[in-house]
Amino acid sequence: MSDARAAILGTLRRTRDAHPVTPPPSDFTPLADKQWPPEERLPRIRRMMEAVHTEFLDATEADWPAVVTDFLTRAGAANLLYAPGTADGATLSAYPLPPREREGTHAQHGEGEGFAGSDGPSPSDTPSPFPLRGPLPSPETGEENTASLTLIPYDRPIEDFKQQMFEGIDAGLTGTLGAIADTGSLILWPSADEPRLLSLVPHIHVALLRADALYDSFWQAMRDQRWADAMPTNALLISGPSKTADIEQTLAYGVHGPKRLVVVIVR
Amino acid sequence: MAEHAVNFAAASKAALQDSQLRGNFRRAMDGLMSKRAVQFADAKEWHTMRALAASVRLRALAKLPELLEQLETNLTRNGIQVHWASTTAEANAITLAIMRKANATLAVKGKSMVTEEMHLNAFLEDHDIEVLESDLGEYIVQLDGTMPSHIIMPAIHLNTKQIAHLFKQKIKDAASTGEDAAALTDLARRILRQKFMNAGVGMSGVNAAVAETGTLCLIENEGNGRMCTTVPPVHIAFMGLEKVVEKLEDVPPIISLLPRSATGQPITTYVNMISSPRKEGEKDGPREIHVVILDNGRSSVYADPELRDTLRCIRCGACMNHCPVYTKVGGHAYEAPYPGPIGQILVPQMEGLAKRGEMPHACTMCNACVEICPVQIPIVEIMGRLRVEAVHPSASVKDSGARASKTEALVWKGWAAMNTSPLAYKIATTAMSAVGNAAPGSLPLLKEWTSVRSKPRFAPRTLHDLARKKGIPNV
Repeated sequence: MSDARAAILGTLRRTRDAHPVTPPPSDFTPLADKQWPPEERLPRIRRMMEAVHTEFLDATEADWPAVVTDFLTRAGAANLLYAPGTADGATLSAYPLPPREREGTHAQHGEGEGFAGSDGPSPSDTPSPFPLRGPLPSPETGEENTASLTLIPYDRPIEDFKQQMFEGIDAGLTGTLGAIADTGSLILWPSADEPRLLSLVPHIHVALLRADALYDSFWQAMRDQRWADAMPTNALLISGPSKTADIEQTLAYGVHGPKRLVVVIVR
Repeated sequence: MAEHAVNFAAASKAALQDSQLRGNFRRAMDGLMSKRAVQFADAKEWHTMRALAASVRLRALAKLPELLEQLETNLTRNGIQVHWASTTAEANAITLAIMRKANATLAVKGKSMVTEEMHLNAFLEDHDIEVLESDLGEYIVQLDGTMPSHIIMPAIHLNTKQIAHLFKQKIKDAASTGEDAAALTDLARRILRQKFMNAGVGMSGVNAAVAETGTLCLIENEGNGRMCTTVPPVHIAFMGLEKVVEKLEDVPPIISLLPRSATGQPITTYVNMISSPRKEGEKDGPREIHVVILDNGRSSVYADPELRDTLRCIRCGACMNHCPVYTKVGGHAYEAPYPGPIGQILVPQMEGLAKRGEMPHACTMCNACVEICPVQIPIVEIMGRLRVEAVHPSASVKDSGARASKTEALVWKGWAAMNTSPLAYKIATTAMSAVGNAAPGSLPLLKEWTSVRSKPRFAPRTLHDLARKKGIPNV
């Protein structure tokens, strides 16, 4: 349709030149003015994100894997999809996962083979059998009083496990590039190591936020980090779990994306 | 193409008598207006931020041809394929060709107003391709077989009970679902996840396209937009040619104002910035991205320096929420892809004044839309201009002069003659004072007024008479 291109651009150029516009200068002061003292940023982020049902956990560099796995086990999650190629993924996979007590049965997804239990998962640098390949595991039979969280590495293209991704994953773990005080938003740059769907398809999205990576505004973050020099395949701001108000303006959470967003503040 | 004129007056009359519809809209619009007001409580921030956003949009329009070329260059460099369409028919044909090449028979779609202009769903269904709307509101409207009644909240005309009833009728396993919003939302989640998984193509709109970096920005709350742009192997994005901005830095002002103006949220749940298809080594994301840049009359809108401001719009829908006409009759009465004030100035320019000549008249000129527009579009001035265009043939707007009426022209000619001759004026006003009140309200031209308003009464003495009597000189 190069004809359309030439016609469109020709008309635009001709009519613009006949009636040029002189736009007023763009004064970015209202964005530059959006500033908070460093100690107020995190409480503000927390307040704004909690207002839209985001949950927060506090942790340290030493204990966040325990905080995350404890939380997910208590939440009834059977498995956690993670990014084995990232530093956080390596930390998580090196963390020994003891079996945890759980009330009743949460047998919807059962357990995959290979990763569960106190032996800990395989190190991410060695190829590992993928626990959710093939048909979904049948509902768990025995061991009704204990359950453990199965760690599943996102280590292959989505085409190889699409159905399992949509039907068999409870939680996904990602890092963040920081958070924004103005609007209460996480910044994510998915990558080859930390794929895009980790923060979208699992029912629970767990995001690690370093307490020192806080920005005043979206504008400040993109300027400070010089985003315009090289944008990634996909950059995201995430400000809560998936929500909708399309049915009579009644807020409902978890319409297409995660039902729960859990931010782990790591100090 | 001879098209019949769309009769807003008749449709609005029917809407006004639908108390369910009016209740649904009244509640929704009141809620949206008060939530927006909370977001802009700081008047200085509002004034400076909208001036900034307006400058961003004006700068984009000032450099529009150059920015579109730069956008194309950078999108192409990033591996995104660019297609240009002058008409909606061309855009539909491009879409069909992409789908055929991908061997896709199912597409999932995120919210895109441009595809509403194209009537893309109907077109693809005629070619045996299923297109599923995945925004919950659009999904509801699609199930119902109707059109969106609001550009941000497509199903705002229906209440929970009506939607529960619709789901029960149209969805197999809905019988056991509760009738509250959460249960209905959960049902839609289960159905649509299957579709996201299986679709060969994902479709979306574009909120802003950045020329500097070749980036498509999309905002949304539900995550369906991210699903459509990440899960299927092919992504097609549709944008009106005015959606380009110059720099990445120009995006934050728009992102700051759009959700606050639209729904009173500080930001949407997701701001999704896409700059490339899946790269080597990446494990998900589409392998192909196509951008369809649609004109559909926009370049003619652009050609006129006054009408050009129509293209500043960022599609927040706030003008609808604040319009005394829209909030009473709802979106369907306009029978147009874009209802409300922005629709009333945009649609007549796209589709012509023969079909849409009535639209600019569905306005009280109260200026509420202009006061809340985040990019300062002079909507009411453009509305007035289009009323003039409708009765005066010119080269500026499609089908201008289509509503020209000899009777009306004659009346105004007489009016002008009366007011420019002191003698004619004196005779006319004296006559009106003496016998004007005897004229029946059912007279042809008077009826338009008296059918919905009381007939004005002429005073027994003219203002000139009274002034003269008081001894005021020179009257």
